[in-house]
Amino acid sequence: MTATVADSPVSAAPDTPPPAASPAALSRAYRFELVKLFSPWRVRLLILACFLGPGLAVAAINQQSTRPSDTLFGRWIQVSGWAGPLVVLGFAGTWALPLLTSLVAGDVFAAEDRLGTWRHLLVAVRSPRRIFAAKALAGVTVIGLLVLGLAASGIAGGLLAAGDKPLIGLDDHLLSPGDAAGKVVLAWLCVLAPTLALAAVGLLGSVALGRSPMGLLLPVLTALAMQLAQMLPLPVAVRLALPGYAFISWNGLFTDPRQLSPLLIGVAVSLVWAVVATALAYLLFLRRDFTNLTADTAGRRALTHGVVPLAGVFLASIGVIAAATGATGSGIDQDKVQRSLATAFAHLYRLQEQQLHRPPITEAQLRTTAACTKGDGLVAAEGPGNDWRCTVTWHVPGVAITGSAVYQLDVTANGRYIADGDGPKEVNGYFLVHTPDGDLPNPLWQFDGNVDLLAAP
Amino acid sequence: MDTTAAVRGQGISKYFGEVVALDRVDLEVAPGRIHGLVGPNGAGKTTLLGLLLGLAVADEGRLEILGTPVGRALSAPAGIAGFVDGPGLYPTLTARQNLTALASLRHRDGRTTGVEDALDRVGLTDVADDKVRGFSLGMRQRLGLAAALLAEPRLLVLDEPANGLDPAGKKQVHAVLNRLAADGATVVLSSHRMDDLEALCSEVTILNTGRVVFSGPLAELSAENSELDYRLRTPEPRTARQLALTTPGVSIIEPFEAGARQDPEVIVVRALVQALDELVARLVRDGVAIRELAPVVSPLEAAFLALTEQEPEQRLERGPEPEPEPEPQPERAKEHVSS
Repeated sequence: MTATVADSPVSAAPDTPPPAASPAALSRAYRFELVKLFSPWRVRLLILACFLGPGLAVAAINQQSTRPSDTLFGRWIQVSGWAGPLVVLGFAGTWALPLLTSLVAGDVFAAEDRLGTWRHLLVAVRSPRRIFAAKALAGVTVIGLLVLGLAASGIAGGLLAAGDKPLIGLDDHLLSPGDAAGKVVLAWLCVLAPTLALAAVGLLGSVALGRSPMGLLLPVLTALAMQLAQMLPLPVAVRLALPGYAFISWNGLFTDPRQLSPLLIGVAVSLVWAVVATALAYLLFLRRDFTNLTADTAGRRALTHGVVPLAGVFLASIGVIAAATGATGSGIDQDKVQRSLATAFAHLYRLQEQQLHRPPITEAQLRTTAACTKGDGLVAAEGPGNDWRCTVTWHVPGVAITGSAVYQLDVTANGRYIADGDGPKEVNGYFLVHTPDGDLPNPLWQFDGNVDLLAAP
Repeated sequence: MDTTAAVRGQGISKYFGEVVALDRVDLEVAPGRIHGLVGPNGAGKTTLLGLLLGLAVADEGRLEILGTPVGRALSAPAGIAGFVDGPGLYPTLTARQNLTALASLRHRDGRTTGVEDALDRVGLTDVADDKVRGFSLGMRQRLGLAAALLAEPRLLVLDEPANGLDPAGKKQVHAVLNRLAADGATVVLSSHRMDDLEALCSEVTILNTGRVVFSGPLAELSAENSELDYRLRTPEPRTARQLALTTPGVSIIEPFEAGARQDPEVIVVRALVQALDELVARLVRDGVAIRELAPVVSPLEAAFLALTEQEPEQRLERGPEPEPEPEPQPERAKEHVSS
């Protein structure tokens, strides 16, 4: 509530000029913004949904006979409790977090326009700078709480449903429960960066477009545009320059060796977007004339103070990334695919050996190799596509014959692939393996992998 | 000029691009007064109130509030409170939460004293824990006033505070404002309700297209009207009509022409106050009972209409020069208006 200013004695005649009213403290303005943000039922409902929904969803999926194999780590959701929060993270990065940032950050300034309370808030706080800071901090606080809810709920649901068990990494090496826990937490922390970037875009939209619904939708539209871009065969430098790449690149934490370069670049780009978009929103907010109700230059402001500078940041990011990494093409070539597939196969072969209670074997002994072509050799073996076909060969000590299995790979533009086995039934041709403990999912039948887009050729 | 004026503005101009919102406005309000701002839509009332609240600064001229020159936005001195463009409430919060949040913003130590008293003063204690979403316009206005009272203001600035108020609410708001003024605070308010302004204000400023066309005590306004229409209710309308027709300076007009409703006991006469006095004397002499004699349109409203309708022509004739202050009116006319 608004409309007043600083302390003063009751109704004294103005014989002596009173002191200038001082602005409200940032901490009090921040608390006020929190009170306002938490008061609508939709925000409370969102918080409740974030703290309950993922856990319930993970638990429900665990009860089903089929696994969400098309989702990253979905195939392991019944095997390890740490797969659940990663499935939630994949979904959150695609849909939930852009939507949540829209609802919170996209509305934090626009709500005052809608309610017609700007003038009153200004008179009460007496500092546009503090109003901006308080609103931005409060928005980030609520978004942080929602992210915390999603993560905590996913972890709790996963652990309750599947237990604290080892997790199969993205290149299919085994992570101990402790290692998996640390990486899951780290992955969630990493997606805070693109979430902040979307929140800043939401703030900018909220300031620039006022009560227009476009301001509210801006983070969702930005996220949608980024997802579309990720589906296109864009050069890797362009892909990494998108502020939402860290929503994808956290999966580099779950490979061995870890693919940290795309993750760090993604986080850095997200933070740059967060800072620039927030600064633009701040400048735009300070320039706003709250006494002039006739001015309606929202569209022009959004273009000159939002779209153009952020487009500049995007182009500059492409240049810097291309120069720093030397990455120009898609980042996916024959050699990288072969290396990644051979590594993942070797990891999983050892897992299968354990399931079958066979004598342990090392990856060095296996000497696994992969030979891949694309489009039956009719096109260059480079770039994403579902027409990668690979033959994996390995050696078992004491056995003269070289093992061989065929995989059909669907490689996406961001480097993730699903390898679908097409080989001997006892190796990768059937979805179950018969073990002394009963039938188990065959780890070599179908598995996920990841090509490091920035790895040296 | 009064050296202790609560508000003193000299030559204030405010532009929004090509639009002249205020054009060399002079305004002086003494402490302890309730000063009304009146004018047609777009006259500049809200802009002027916004300047008083410190939301913006004038592009030209000088403004002193509570003895302190105001040089930049949001630098107004302590002790100013009020609202423009509605009371500025958060509908998802209760009345008490709205006030508590505001009080905690205002006090350095975050204390929230005064909330209950403010709610009580505007008569909203019973609904203090209801969400503002369900409040009527009048209740919101009263809550907006309560919010302003939290600041214990020395200058209270209110934009259309009587909007949506029922008679009981209006009475309560009037009582609060009168009490504030009696305690020495100054109130500047805008309204389209002439009856409110006449009931509350000791002085008014009439704005038209950003310029002051009148500023001074209400009583002076009657001089702006050469003739007024009066409703005369009597049990002998035929006799009264004949007397009116024979009284110099008095003319009979049809009620609908004056905007009055048809009534067999009512005649409407148009006259100067002196002529009206003569008619009253004749009615009394002939034993015609007078049950009611009142202006069809209040003097303030009549003056407002006269001044704001004349303004465009005057501007054309006089060019860009500011409007001269109106001449003081005859004492007799003042008496009549007040009666």
